[in-house]
Amino acid sequence: MDGFVRVPVREQDAKVRATNFEEVCLGYNKEEAEKEALRCLNCKNPQCVQGCPVSIDIPAFISQVKTGDVEGAYQTISKSSALPAVCGRVCPQESQCEGKCIRGIKGDAVSIGKLERYVADTARELGIKPEGAKEKKGKKVAVIGSGPSGLTCAGDLAKMGYDVTIFEALHEAGGVLVYGIPEFRLPKTAVVKKEIENVKSLGVKLETDVVIGKSVTIDELMEKEGFEAVFIGSGAGLPRFMNIPGEQAMGVFSANEFLTRSNLMKAFDENSRTPIMRPKKCVVVGGGNVAMDAARTALRLGAEVHVVYRRGEEELPARKEEVGHAKEEGIIFDLLTNPVEIHADENGWVTGITCIRMELGEPDESGRRSPVEVPGSEFDIDCDAVIMSLGTSPNPLISSTTEGLEINRRKCIVAQEENGQTSKPGVFAGGDAVTGAATVILAMGAGKAAAKGIDEYLSSKQ
Amino acid sequence: MFKILEANELTTNIYQMIVEAPRVASACLPGQFLIIRVDEEGERIPLTICDYNREKGTVEIVAQAIGAETYKLSKLKAGDELADVVGPLGKPSDLCEMSVDELKKKKILFIAGGVGTAPVYPQAKYLKEHGVDCDVIIGAKTKDLVILEDRFKEVCNLHITTDDGSYGRSGMVTKALQDLWDEGNKYDHCVAIGPMIMMKFVCKLTQELGIPTVVSMNPIMVDGTGMCGACRLTVDGKVQFACVDGPEFDGHKVDFDQAMNRMKLYKTEEGRLFLKAQEGDTHHGGCGNCE
Ligand SMILES: Cc1cc2nc3c(=O)[nH]c(=O)nc-3n(C[C@H](O)[C@H](O)[C@H](O)COP(=O)(O)OP(=O)(O)OC[C@H]3O[C@@H](n4cnc5c(N)ncnc54)[C@H](O)[C@@H]3O)c2cc1C
Ligand SMILES: Cc1cc2nc3c(=O)[nH]c(=O)nc-3n(C[C@H](O)[C@H](O)[C@H](O)COP(=O)(O)OP(=O)(O)OC[C@H]3O[C@@H](n4cnc5c(N)ncnc54)[C@H](O)[C@@H]3O)c2cc1C
Ligand code: SF4
Ligand code: SF4
Ligand code: FES
Repeated sequence: MDGFVRVPVREQDAKVRATNFEEVCLGYNKEEAEKEALRCLNCKNPQCVQGCPVSIDIPAFISQVKTGDVEGAYQTISKSSALPAVCGRVCPQESQCEGKCIRGIKGDAVSIGKLERYVADTARELGIKPEGAKEKKGKKVAVIGSGPSGLTCAGDLAKMGYDVTIFEALHEAGGVLVYGIPEFRLPKTAVVKKEIENVKSLGVKLETDVVIGKSVTIDELMEKEGFEAVFIGSGAGLPRFMNIPGEQAMGVFSANEFLTRSNLMKAFDENSRTPIMRPKKCVVVGGGNVAMDAARTALRLGAEVHVVYRRGEEELPARKEEVGHAKEEGIIFDLLTNPVEIHADENGWVTGITCIRMELGEPDESGRRSPVEVPGSEFDIDCDAVIMSLGTSPNPLISSTTEGLEINRRKCIVAQEENGQTSKPGVFAGGDAVTGAATVILAMGAGKAAAKGIDEYLSSKQ
Repeated sequence: MFKILEANELTTNIYQMIVEAPRVASACLPGQFLIIRVDEEGERIPLTICDYNREKGTVEIVAQAIGAETYKLSKLKAGDELADVVGPLGKPSDLCEMSVDELKKKKILFIAGGVGTAPVYPQAKYLKEHGVDCDVIIGAKTKDLVILEDRFKEVCNLHITTDDGSYGRSGMVTKALQDLWDEGNKYDHCVAIGPMIMMKFVCKLTQELGIPTVVSMNPIMVDGTGMCGACRLTVDGKVQFACVDGPEFDGHKVDFDQAMNRMKLYKTEEGRLFLKAQEGDTHHGGCGNCE
């Protein structure tokens, strides 16, 4: 019964890939993609589409793959998504599109993500680009941040004919796609750069090295530089620490620092001018995608890696595929474990970490069982590096310099879900800056909604 | 790209440049810094803004060539371009927040050490422009290493001290401070900028003398926008990010020993890169003459 099992995707061998930074998953070729596409039942009432936050017409593009019409499939996807090569790789498909696929009830769901990736990669090789605007509207919109939310919002607005400029604080565009998610999961030059070029080819201008709130404020953009609306897609980049003893020792990093050095500054490459510590034995604290990326990066730099997470396997927030890959590569999971103190030698370098065992208590109101310490269960792990991956929150640079922009208790910008409108007229927001750290596709969905919101706002203004 | 309009060697290994960076120039205030990348493969290096011209859209930087990137920077000439200049970053100096009346009531002293002399300049100049007098101590190892003397003379009462006594007073900046104090200069606000070890000892002394002291911390940074935590320090028992919460802090509350320790983090790793940058293609290895 062929139809119940998905066409397996080729991957780099776990032993080999644990020592390099090349992409782990090799993707489908034409034959494999067309074979997998045949498994789609082309449902009349496709549940998969409801699981996709940007409602890609999944059965339509898969049908086009079946007939070998990659260009058509690409244009179908492009109607809803600006970054298909990215989403096909990093979306948590098991809880979104594929989680809803009817095929999943008895057997494997259709590999929607891998098919989307196949279409996007093939289209790129064939030089197919998204279609631009036919008429210009002659109105300027500023987009802050070049992560998935900003790129999507900018791309959509450009397609409607707006004159869009993206302002990015770093020297390179892409947000988390360039500084956070590693090369072995999302190739920078081959994939991310190309997707950004696609957005630029729609006429979007990009100004890097501009920190909004420092170099120029939102009010100045609107009053002095003639931008009639602004979209804030500044993400949630502020790292948290645990505030446990020893956290300032040398060898303790935030995942953001470790990943930024490796990804944005390319420190994994021996020839890079940015240094990075190459630990021998490294403890990564946390269980999300960021923790998996930090752990697998440290592994590739030569370390034995332990992931310390306070809940159990079931509760690991990372994508299943990443956890699986991490295990195959030899990462050790110390679950139901929490750090209490980091130790350092007389010169201030990390020598180890004391952890305590946890057990899951009664479910709270939200139904989540919160972990409680098991008294007297402390134990030590020797290590020379600790990477803290405890989540991030939005940076206050923008909210603290923009008059009349409401934020909530978690420092997130308050914006309406359906159109991104904030408390300040003409200012819209979306992505991690609004929701706190979430996913690429949710950020894109928010960018899309805001583009529509901005268009409605500017159309009604005249 | 950001064009270099002027480039000069001020003294051995210390270089001054004027760079076109209109957005930074229009928004910056004394005490803030910027981050540059020399070229497309470059590291991000933080440098204090030493002066700015809003009309011309230029900023001035002064950098000491101590590692791979600053060495590369030192080789650039007028007409060359920097790949990136981003800023202004960090908070402006507290002095910019105070009213002129408040400032006039204070007797303000700046203590500058080595290349830290440059970042003191915009603050002293700012005070001069607002009609406020101040004293500045510049400390250097020896006469040749004193920088920006003429420009300082125009904006403050200048006291120079050299470790070897070859120029001005003799001894470290802490000795000059003690001497000035004993000569009857009762300062009630001090700003110290220089190597961490200097700031640490200045703070020890000003604590004894009861002078509130602000220091400008220069830990290792990556993004400079609060994203990575590389620049974290302990101030008054709390974790602070120098790039967004500083770079200026209450010097009596900074944990200097910890901060100095953290500076060593990438030492060997960077030493390797520095050798590579200096020797460039001449170093092939395998000749048997070098290790
Ligand atoms: C290591 C890591 C792994 C992840 N893995 C996954 C995954 O597998 N799947 C998934 O779906 N999601 C994953 N995520 C989450 C996902 O990347 C984010 O939810 C998504 O990128 C959010 O997009 P965004 O556009 O809101 O913000 P970001 O991608 O954070 O982009 C914000 C941009 O704004 C810029 N910016 C910030 N402040 C300013 C300012 N003041 N002025 C100018 N520019 C500014 C930033 O420099 C940045 O470039 C991961 C995140 C990380 C960190
Ligand atoms: C807010 C701030 C303002 C600064 N202002 C100036 C300035 O106006 N002029 C100036 O010359 N320098 C300034 N610095 C220091 C300057 O950024 C460093 O000298 C530079 O990054 C070194 O880069 P490099 O690649 O040449 O040397 P590297 O190869 O990176 O380092 C060489 C040596 O310098 C040490 N080092 C690394 N980073 C720093 C640092 N941030 N500060 C001091 N030592 C460091 C390393 O441990 C190493 O031993 C400032 C730093 C900060 C954080
Ligand atoms: S964008 Fe993400 S959720 Fe939507 S179909 Fe593609 S992989 Fe699935
Ligand atoms: S639910 Fe599954 S089988 Fe049905 S259309 Fe979507 S992908 Fe195809
Ligand atoms: S330099 Fe990254 S947080 Fe300060």
